[in-house]
Amino acid sequence: MLNDIVKNLLQEVSGMMNIPTTGAFNIRNNGKSEGRHSTENIDIVPKADGTGLDIYVKPFTKNEDVHIPALITQDGVKEVVYNDFHIGEGAEITIIAGCGIHNCGCDDSVHEGIHRFFVGKNAKIVYLEKHIGEGDGNGKRIINPQTHIEAEENAYVEMDTVQLKGVDSTKRISSAVLKDGATIVIKEKIMTHGEQYAETSFDVNLDGTGSSAKLISRSVARDNSRQLFRSKINGNAECYGHSECDAIIMDNGVVAAEPEITANHVDASLIHEAAIGKIAGDQLTKLMTLGLTEKEAEAQIINGFLK
Amino acid sequence: MLELKNICFSADGKEILKNINLTIDDAKFIVITGPNGSGKSTLAKIIAGIITPDSGQILLDGQDITELGITERARAGISFAFQQPVRFKGVTVKDLITLASGQELSTADACQYLAEVGMCAKDYIDREVNSSLSGGELKRIEIATVMARKTKLTLFDEPEAGIDLWSFQNLINVFEKMHEEIQGSIMIISHQERILDIADQVVLLSAGEVKQIGTKEEVLPGLFGMETGCRYFMGGNK
Ligand SMILES: Nc1ncnc2c1ncn2[C@@H]1O[C@H](COP(=O)(O)OP(=O)(O)O)[C@@H](O)[C@H]1O
Ligand SMILES: [Mg+2]
Repeated sequence: MLNDIVKNLLQEVSGMMNIPTTGAFNIRNNGKSEGRHSTENIDIVPKADGTGLDIYVKPFTKNEDVHIPALITQDGVKEVVYNDFHIGEGAEITIIAGCGIHNCGCDDSVHEGIHRFFVGKNAKIVYLEKHIGEGDGNGKRIINPQTHIEAEENAYVEMDTVQLKGVDSTKRISSAVLKDGATIVIKEKIMTHGEQYAETSFDVNLDGTGSSAKLISRSVARDNSRQLFRSKINGNAECYGHSECDAIIMDNGVVAAEPEITANHVDASLIHEAAIGKIAGDQLTKLMTLGLTEKEAEAQIINGFLK
Repeated sequence: MLELKNICFSADGKEILKNINLTIDDAKFIVITGPNGSGKSTLAKIIAGIITPDSGQILLDGQDITELGITERARAGISFAFQQPVRFKGVTVKDLITLASGQELSTADACQYLAEVGMCAKDYIDREVNSSLSGGELKRIEIATVMARKTKLTLFDEPEAGIDLWSFQNLINVFEKMHEEIQGSIMIISHQERILDIADQVVLLSAGEVKQIGTKEEVLPGLFGMETGCRYFMGGNK
């Protein structure tokens, strides 16, 4: 049985209302599994040393989801989790990960999730990751996710990561190595408040002919929060790479973008775009002429921007 | 009824509007015309509360709104379609029309406004109002947005700009329909003779001053007397 705090957090992070009875999932809470289930095509196996999971997806598996939310609902929990995904050739699945920390105590709670993806030929995965912090304790809510992707020929990986509230500090490190024809799309949405700090770092190697990467970051930094966006794309073949960092700063928020693109091949085509600034005055004016107050206009603009 | 009394505005040491006096009666359709740089957009922004005049008074139905901000004026019944519509990342056409109408709208209701400006609603309703839209598309969305407000005074700043000939007739219909249905006042800044044709009154602005107020027939000859006048007219002369 899950208590209400756990249930709420679970729903926020993964959309699940309770422990399901079917499908592939593992629900982690305070370092323990609250429920695990494999299917014919998707096998979830705890690592022998207890540090995480191996998730095996059979080739050509279609229309299945894997839910692996990680929750921390006590203060003072500090954990490092290693989950490895082995995605068989031609499989097409959605993975819903994400982490929620509810901290009412005075000790910091820290989740470090290190996810590795070995994506087979022609496989197609969508990986959704939502990070949430809540609770009114002084203990900090810290989430440091790492995502390392190896994409085989013509594999397609889409990663959607969202962190909109309550996480005091985050360092997200993502890397990808792409073979011929492989594609990766990473979309990140971050909003920081108060004294929060968020750091994002992407490191992509486009090794294969016809490989492509698209990194899109949208973020809002309010109050005294700070963000650092780093992206590094190496074009090592005929390939296409595009990174885009779009940030709105408010109050005393600070955002830095450090893009790095390196073409090691004459047919590599790489683009970086970064735009940082406060909400455009004419956007506020337009919405105010529709009858919204300045605050309402601001909320609408931010809402849309992070949608 | 909107009354502007002795409105003056300067910026960078230059007089942009000089003692403007103008009345827009209820249910009247007026067109403001005049050369580029004559102060037309500035005047519209002053009415919408985006620019504060240095002196003068603005009355809406007898109430002094000179000190009111943009939001209050919008709520008092003023709508303004910008000369250069604003783009938003992530805000959809439906979001904008819904915000404008001030109430929950069904997709069908929202689509109705797009259809009226000659846009195939299903292609646009969920589009973001971002740089993927062309200038002409943005202009028409801007018009649909202010139509959804149904206010007693609506200002359009060069609505025809970027709109093709085929859509132009549509636009004329939109203004006429709006005029009939809402029985509100409409003020359009325009150089288009076909828009002047349907006006109750034409106001000629030049170098920040009202040069003439009258019917199209009365005002047009005045235009040609001006140094830069007729060059700004696309519709030919009569
Ligand atoms: N904020 C401003 N500061 C300085 N000059 C301005 C400002 N706004 C408008 N102007 C000038 O005022 C004049 C009138 O501008 P505008 O109202 O946009 O003209 P119109 O719409 O008739 O073409 C122009 O010469 C323009 O350059
Ligand atoms: Mg203008």
